[in-house]
Amino acid sequence: MSILRKADPVTHSSTAGFLALELDGDGAHPAAWRKARHTPDELLNGERIRSTVLAAESAGFHAATFADGPVAEGRDVAGRLNALQRAAFAGPVSGSIALVPEVDTVYTEPFHAATQLASLDYVSGGRGGWLVKASGDAREAAAVGRSVAAEGALAHEAAASVEVGRRLWDSWEDDAVIRDVPTGRYLDVDKLHYADYETPDGFPGEAYSVKGPSIIPRPLQGQLPVLAPARLVSVDGPLLPSAVDAVLVSAPTAELLAAEAAEVRAHLAAVGGGPAGGGPAGRAPAVIAELDVVLDSRGQAAAARLAELEAFTAWESPRARFVGTAAELADFLAELLAVVDGVRIHPAVLDVELEELAQLVLPELRRRGVLRPAASGGAFRELLGLERPENRYTTALRNTTIGEPA
Amino acid sequence: MSQENSIQHGRATFQPSGKIQFGVFFQGVNSGTIWKTPEAGSQTDFESFRRIAQTAERGLFAAFFLGEGLRLREHLGRPHALDVAGRPDAQTMLAALASVTRNIGLVATQNTTYNDPADLAHRLASLDLLSGGRAAWNVVTTDNAWTGANFRRGGYLDHADRYVHAEAFVQTAKRIWDSWEDDAVAASTADSWAAPGHVRTVRHEGQHYTVDVTPRLPRSAQYRPVLFQAGDSPEGRDFAARQADVIFSAHPKFEAAVTFREDIVARTLAAGRGANDVQIFPASEFILAATDEEAREKKEWVRSLQIGPQQAIAYLEQFWGRELSSFDPDGPLPDIDPVVETTSETRGSGFHGAKARELAEQWRAEAAENGWSIRQFVSSRTARIDSTFTGSYSSVADTLAEYARVGAVDGFNISPWIIPSGLDDIVNHLVPELQERGVYPTEYAGTTLRENLGLATPERSPELVPAVAGRVR
Repeated sequence: MSILRKADPVTHSSTAGFLALELDGDGAHPAAWRKARHTPDELLNGERIRSTVLAAESAGFHAATFADGPVAEGRDVAGRLNALQRAAFAGPVSGSIALVPEVDTVYTEPFHAATQLASLDYVSGGRGGWLVKASGDAREAAAVGRSVAAEGALAHEAAASVEVGRRLWDSWEDDAVIRDVPTGRYLDVDKLHYADYETPDGFPGEAYSVKGPSIIPRPLQGQLPVLAPARLVSVDGPLLPSAVDAVLVSAPTAELLAAEAAEVRAHLAAVGGGPAGGGPAGRAPAVIAELDVVLDSRGQAAAARLAELEAFTAWESPRARFVGTAAELADFLAELLAVVDGVRIHPAVLDVELEELAQLVLPELRRRGVLRPAASGGAFRELLGLERPENRYTTALRNTTIGEPA
Repeated sequence: MSQENSIQHGRATFQPSGKIQFGVFFQGVNSGTIWKTPEAGSQTDFESFRRIAQTAERGLFAAFFLGEGLRLREHLGRPHALDVAGRPDAQTMLAALASVTRNIGLVATQNTTYNDPADLAHRLASLDLLSGGRAAWNVVTTDNAWTGANFRRGGYLDHADRYVHAEAFVQTAKRIWDSWEDDAVAASTADSWAAPGHVRTVRHEGQHYTVDVTPRLPRSAQYRPVLFQAGDSPEGRDFAARQADVIFSAHPKFEAAVTFREDIVARTLAAGRGANDVQIFPASEFILAATDEEAREKKEWVRSLQIGPQQAIAYLEQFWGRELSSFDPDGPLPDIDPVVETTSETRGSGFHGAKARELAEQWRAEAAENGWSIRQFVSSRTARIDSTFTGSYSSVADTLAEYARVGAVDGFNISPWIIPSGLDDIVNHLVPELQERGVYPTEYAGTTLRENLGLATPERSPELVPAVAGRVR
């Protein structure tokens, strides 16, 4: 594998990368539950969320992600708790790890998504993020009585929801709550703004509008970081690089992952992006590589463990897969982190892989100095190297005052 | 199922439990939470919520209750500036509180008009499992397009259709919660994570929704979320009598509470349920001190901070439909007439329209008769005036013991007038007085909300869960 340099090191304060861990269920392999270190009926509860998030945080992971949506039919895990609520549950019991639920943009009301994510930011002390999902799943459409969105419509749906979210998050200026006793005003209504979102012409779904303002003040981070799969993001729109803070890159094999990530980075940088959530103009979104991981564990080789799992259920994953020892994974990640901003690890069996990652892989990466320290203030934006963004309405007002006719 | 057959022996007569319980309603958007004093804390910081919830739990409260408003309140066409506003989403906040509490119930007010049944039922079931069986849903319904402007599904309903729509929604949610077999998930290594055929597909095709879903969560420790309901119209009461476990009522005064209980018992029996099957927790406020006199003084102070001069004028403006800032809040009611036919009111405040001029005349007469200024008049109109218990810890405890004795209510849903210290004196002083009188729990009965409220585990209703070929054992 060739080692590629970061395309634009100037825009990143640190050359070290970050690691995210997907915490869904018992792991990424559909048969993971058979190898979990608890019984099936101990999966869907708060204690499981608490223990896995704390284990990931103490291992040194910078972010936890929570998948959402329908589960596979068959003999494997048939249950899944709502992702945003799992993240919210983890907020008060964790201290530094970013909490990033997957939230759908096609069948979820954008107003609910925006206000719930803002609330996640409050209960986590500014550690919330949004992993954008655009579901093309017929089951999700049927559940809410809608027709399934065409493949080509998904990015349009995602772009619309993200824009609604960003406008609603800014619809309260930071100092809108004034508590001014002499005038009896709790709010300064000049600092509240209608979002007045309307889907653009040519929107493939049914057109809609969202009035605003939000029902919750601006999130602690101003804007939560927005992460989206690279396939939804394009310089030609509708979901522009400037609308997201990070893209998730997949490749068919581990060997191809670094090259694919570099290609995506070059594509996104080609137009420079815009102010992602109010970030510096010209900055491209961070690039996060997606990686399935199977490791040697307790004397059993990774390949043998994988074979056992595969004997139960075949793992059909769109992601690159690493199968090997902890030392080999550390080497691989050290190289990969020189090319990308972060890596999201999908553990085959959460209980098993997390133990190996915590004891062997992350300590080695820290020793080599390739991991960023946890953000000091705990804000997820800080981890991504993003400033707290100026509010779009404050910006608009200032520009108006400077010379534009109102 | 006929009504006669469904009422078992003894269930046709209401039996007072002899106890009362407390819930706490962290309001978030209202004029009753005072903010014009340095002790008033943040309405959005998690620490405010944690402190209230943990204090409530120390006082063995049954429930922590959050409201919901899906559009920011407006006054004369702009966001309303004078009251506390801006609050976190109920279920997101409750999921977070679930991790720092152990026994208290977590009640989310959620609207049937702007949610999808399958999605809302799934999120409530998630909260129920995360909290170990402590979730509840306060079912509310809205009919206006004004709130619907925040939603892609819109949301205008005919006023008369609200409860038809809401009931179809609730029944679908119950079917979703009923859809998994008991103990469907394997308790040890098994061939299959869940028992084959463990889940029934839920389908509903109605006027308002089409749902076709394979639910993805098992039953919780309390079977399914507890249902609260707060509507006070005859339709709302009947809806509660058919569907709810608890009514969050607007009738805390003793005589009104007794009358309301009788009405609800009659409606509950008519719906084919037992006389004790629907509990009643009225909204309430407590202003307490060591002596009755100190409590009265404290009440004056609290009221002065709740209804300031600006709030008093704004209150009238919403009925007059015009600016009244030139009027003296300590003077008589405005002699000019309202400019509107029906009141616009503060949008989202939950009031209903009224004939503005008639109302203004009535109010002028009432104020003149009592010698009230604008401010005194408005103070007399605020919703909380009837729901406030003022007095020493022991005298209020005596009053509440009488409610318990006759079974006027099952508990009180308390709105603290200050955040985050507003439950401290209740938990530190009133609760022990009630315990001494034997009318308040001395420990949690269990770990689930249903256990702590003393509600029976609901039976799966076979007729609500039509079997779908090939999916049922």
